[in-house]
Amino acid sequence: MNDEFDKLRAALKAPATPDPAAKAEALRRAMENFDRTQETATRTRPSQDRPERAGFLTGVREMISHLTTRGALAATASIAALGIGVLIWPNLQAVAPTPKPEVKAVVDAAPADNEARDRLATTVAEAEAPQGQVVAQDEPAMAEASPPPAPASVVAEPAPTERREKGVAGQRLGESEAATGLAAPSTDSVWVSGSFGKVTLDDADSAYDQAMEDAYATPRIFCDSSMPAANPCEFFDTEAFSTDAPNPVKIVAEEPVSTFSIDTDTASYSVIRSSLTNGQLPPKEAVRIEEMVNYFPYAYPAPEAGEAPFRASVSLFPTPWNADTQLLRIGLQGAMPATDDRPPLNLVFLIDTSGSMDDPKKLPLLKQSFRLMLGQLRPEDRVAIVTYAGSAGLVLEPTEASDQTAILSALDRLDAGGSTAGQEGLQQAYQVAESMGGDGHVSRILLATDGDFNVGLSDPEALEDFIAKKRESGTYLSVLGFGRGNLDDATMQALAQNGNGTAAYIDTLSEAQKVLVDQLSGALFPIADDVKIQVEFNPAAVAEYRLIGYETRALAREDFNNDRVDAGEIGAGHQVTALYEITPVGSPARLSDPLRYAAAPEGGPAKELGFLKLRYKAPGAATSELLETPIPAEPGAADTDARFAAAVAGMGQLLSGPKYLGHWGWDDAIALANGAKGDDPFGYRAEAVQLMRLGQSLAR
Amino acid sequence: MRMQTPDEALASAAAGGDRDAFAALLSRHYDRIFGLCFRLTGVRAEAEDLAQDICCALPAKLGSYRQAARFTTWLYRVTVNAAHDRRRRIATHRKAADGWGDWEVARRAEIDAAAAAGDWLAATMARLTPELRDTVALTLGEELSQKEAAEVLGVSEGTVAWRMSEVKKRLREMARAEGML
Repeated sequence: MNDEFDKLRAALKAPATPDPAAKAEALRRAMENFDRTQETATRTRPSQDRPERAGFLTGVREMISHLTTRGALAATASIAALGIGVLIWPNLQAVAPTPKPEVKAVVDAAPADNEARDRLATTVAEAEAPQGQVVAQDEPAMAEASPPPAPASVVAEPAPTERREKGVAGQRLGESEAATGLAAPSTDSVWVSGSFGKVTLDDADSAYDQAMEDAYATPRIFCDSSMPAANPCEFFDTEAFSTDAPNPVKIVAEEPVSTFSIDTDTASYSVIRSSLTNGQLPPKEAVRIEEMVNYFPYAYPAPEAGEAPFRASVSLFPTPWNADTQLLRIGLQGAMPATDDRPPLNLVFLIDTSGSMDDPKKLPLLKQSFRLMLGQLRPEDRVAIVTYAGSAGLVLEPTEASDQTAILSALDRLDAGGSTAGQEGLQQAYQVAESMGGDGHVSRILLATDGDFNVGLSDPEALEDFIAKKRESGTYLSVLGFGRGNLDDATMQALAQNGNGTAAYIDTLSEAQKVLVDQLSGALFPIADDVKIQVEFNPAAVAEYRLIGYETRALAREDFNNDRVDAGEIGAGHQVTALYEITPVGSPARLSDPLRYAAAPEGGPAKELGFLKLRYKAPGAATSELLETPIPAEPGAADTDARFAAAVAGMGQLLSGPKYLGHWGWDDAIALANGAKGDDPFGYRAEAVQLMRLGQSLAR
Repeated sequence: MRMQTPDEALASAAAGGDRDAFAALLSRHYDRIFGLCFRLTGVRAEAEDLAQDICCALPAKLGSYRQAARFTTWLYRVTVNAAHDRRRRIATHRKAADGWGDWEVARRAEIDAAAAAGDWLAATMARLTPELRDTVALTLGEELSQKEAAEVLGVSEGTVAWRMSEVKKRLREMARAEGML
């Protein structure tokens, strides 16, 4: 019976091919219009509001920040006060105790109104009409009322003017002011505060302020227009960062051994870059100096074939910010295995598609980043996609990387919405990764998120335990952070550190290029697991030392030889740099006095500054290997890489707390980095100099 | 590279003033716009006019694309709205020019002319109400799911399902009427 319907379907489905001439004409006109729009359109102004759900406080803040005509407000308000003063003052004096002031007040109203109007006309023309009305309307009401409520009307006085200008937001403030005024106690004297354009009463003042504070919850949100225009996330961000207090100076005589795990993450540098380019200094907690230093490639000698999978080189050179101390640099260079015979990869993209990812800097950037990476994969690699929002789901069954169309269309279909069941997603991703396992395959989960895990196991410690159990299965977990606003850096760090992986933060497509294309093999192929560094300093040569950065990676001295204690991984071709600032024995820079009763070090200058020990496991191995090398005490000249690393470490300290830098400042950091740019084929170092310059301007 | 860039990224680049992005976006979607216009109007010349109007308005409209929906969904919505506006304008114009009776006569004449020309599709579409016509064009013509069509039209999924059953009913009635003639 549905023949007609089918006929309609067929007729409609018939392809409608446009006439090429009409198409060309339409496109040409559209381009003309596009160009015209570019020339003439007034650009939409960025607003601090999110498009929807702007809350009450945002409205209030908006309104206050738009109070541009303070002078006008102050003037109109003072005239209003004057008018009221003229009107009410004699009444209060004369008739306050008597029960019937009404008649006299109403009679007085007209001249006062006229006087106000005249003055207004000469001072602020545009504000005249509303103000005149206000005075005229309010006064009879006031006069009818008995004296105690009178100040209420006075306090509310400027509100109607704003109300007309500011619409809803203004009305809200107007109401709260009026409410405040009603609650305020009665008083006799009147004064005008020009700075805020508010008229209030002596005793009412403190109550008013209190009420303002209550209404606006925190002083940070109650800002005025002089606050720098910042990115929208600044006001309501829920970011959490993983950090510890900067490492203090240690005295060699008391604590000769320093132990830490390596860290190949780079997330902190990208977060700092994203903050600085948005015109804000990054929060101190976001600064992890080792991640900033390790962001940059350095030319360390590569290990010979048949040696350990990485090679350590040490060098000692004068500290840029303190002539009396030296910097000890420990540089590790991972071997770069021939890329042709790399093992096949099993990749599980675990993608956060919760509502918070709905932002051009998040999900769309993520899709583009993964698209870039697909070009780097081999046909035999396999890819699966698991998403998680309100619930987790397998979006793409394990698929050969050669089937790009299937992978790309699965990526394209992703939409953001819902809450974030992070843990469920992780469980499913591990399950998929385990099911993909083949002989000799490297399995890795790439978790892409803005860090917001709000359903399931959401506290970092419980997640850590879960992942620590899962890493036994040999699956690596790397974390890619996207977007700002609710970036939960602490959770991301916990995940990557415990999942035997790295954390990177992707703020731009070029960062995606660096992490997922240029350095992909390092990010995906581990060459050594659980790499730990232990340095024993020679008390005869070193008085004090300080490890710059690595606060979140500190290990206990006894953990160095304990193979059950987890540490950082080093990937193919990765470089890791650690910097110690050391104070030699006898240096005037020594911060602590030598002990009078301590045993004097043996005579003669020491040949060895200290002893460096490294432990690592071959990927998948259970027991660790040990590398040892003495550190010579003779300082040399700093090479380009050393100077640049020092400049970046200096930048990190300037951002997080320049306690040990003395008078060394941004200028010195910029000069040092500028002189040490070296080859810099990708412009990473030039970008760092730009960021230092931004930091300098913002820090002023 | 541009060929692989998703619509959403192109749209935001174009809204930011990227000329190439806009050109790429437009050439990628012109056929889609035209196709829907043709299905909505049923007349080729009118569809070409409408598609050109939409293309010309796009540079200004792009600013209001918030990336909340997929770009194609948004584009369908823009097209459907533009078709509505055009229909309304033409109707108002005719009513003002000719008065009610003439307008109704003209509509009848249009249906008859299309039927006489053997253009069954245009005749059938002209008999459906505008809402039904939009729904049919999106679900049968563009092969959107009822959910997607509902998103484009800004109505609930149930409404789209109801409209489709209504279309079936009307078609049956039309067939019956024709059979009796």
